[in-house]
Amino acid sequence: MLGIALLVFREVLEAALIVTIVAAATRGVPRRAAFVGGGIAAGVAGAMIVAVCMGFIEGSLGGIGQEVFNAAVLLAAVAMLGWHVTWMSSHGKQMVQQMHRVTDSVKAGSSSIAILLAVVALAVLREGSEIVLFLFGMAAGGAGKLGFFAGVPLGLAGGIAVGFALYFGLLRIPLRYFFSATNWMLVVLAAGLASSAAGFLIQANVLPAWGNQVWDTSWLLTNGSIVGQAVHVLTGYEARPAGMQLVFWIVTFAILAAGMGVVSSRMTAQRERANHASKHVSNGAAITRGA
Amino acid sequence: MRRLILAMAIVFAGTLATGADAETMPEYKLVLQNHQFEPATLKVPANTKFKVLVSNRDPAPMEFESADFNREKIVLPNSTVTVFVGPLEKGTYKFFDDFHQATTGVLVVE
Repeated sequence: MLGIALLVFREVLEAALIVTIVAAATRGVPRRAAFVGGGIAAGVAGAMIVAVCMGFIEGSLGGIGQEVFNAAVLLAAVAMLGWHVTWMSSHGKQMVQQMHRVTDSVKAGSSSIAILLAVVALAVLREGSEIVLFLFGMAAGGAGKLGFFAGVPLGLAGGIAVGFALYFGLLRIPLRYFFSATNWMLVVLAAGLASSAAGFLIQANVLPAWGNQVWDTSWLLTNGSIVGQAVHVLTGYEARPAGMQLVFWIVTFAILAAGMGVVSSRMTAQRERANHASKHVSNGAAITRGA
Repeated sequence: MRRLILAMAIVFAGTLATGADAETMPEYKLVLQNHQFEPATLKVPANTKFKVLVSNRDPAPMEFESADFNREKIVLPNSTVTVFVGPLEKGTYKFFDDFHQATTGVLVVE
């Protein structure tokens, strides 16, 4: 039973951490709960389909279908996160200003949250398909009913509890810094996912490793431990990263950070120009009234 | 974003050629049966890239995984997958079935 609980916990934890950051990053957006819930539901459905099709995925592309599939899912999530953080850097500040009259940003918020719904779905799909295959194996191996009816809910509850704990921790960030904090977390998350994608492509011999183990910090934190796994999901931490993974991490981080910077500086310039213009208008109004 | 995809596509295309050496790479077989790896100790040469063919003869799916040499791949019942590993430095590297963590083996690189 504990074995089942532990595996379910580890996989749920990975998905829950991603869902949590997305949920925090979309704070204040109306109908957010429905979007996140919808993403999770779509992910669960997708996980079952992936588990059923695993034989096909495994055998396709000359035996590297599984790695290519994983890499594609991860890179799709990276692309969506990239789009979102660029979008957010132009709308985030407005969202903070509008927190108290949220209804104004209904339409603005929904366009990006649809993208994040897909990120949630992909995260749940990837981890969920492993749970489905594992449980299928457990059933085939004749695991007791106790194992399922106690182990699965226990692992599920544990993973979700950690997600909620992180969420309420994030809510303590002052509102002023909140969206820039969650945006940077999304950038780091995306960089980590890109690095994991590179890992799968190296495993499939599609990409060269460019140094199989550039460093070894497994004495400090192994990827096998639960803390190591959590840090891996949030940041892409690898105790023994390949050079190519570092390249993917750095390139993704640099591009997304640059995208955020360019957009927000353009927005600031626009705002300044707008302020300037409105000052002129009000001055003009004052003069007219004076006359 | 487009630049990122383009950069990745270039890297991807530029390195597809690395797949060619897969034919001449040394090959090692690993069989999972009754929740045990056979052989439980696999000896491989140092500083060489190699293939491990992992066969699952149990009725349950397994996930061949190693935190030490950074690999993970699901193996369905009655099927065989190829995992590319290394080149690795001398030492011992643990691997396991992620779905049954008591099932372990070691890679001895010498």
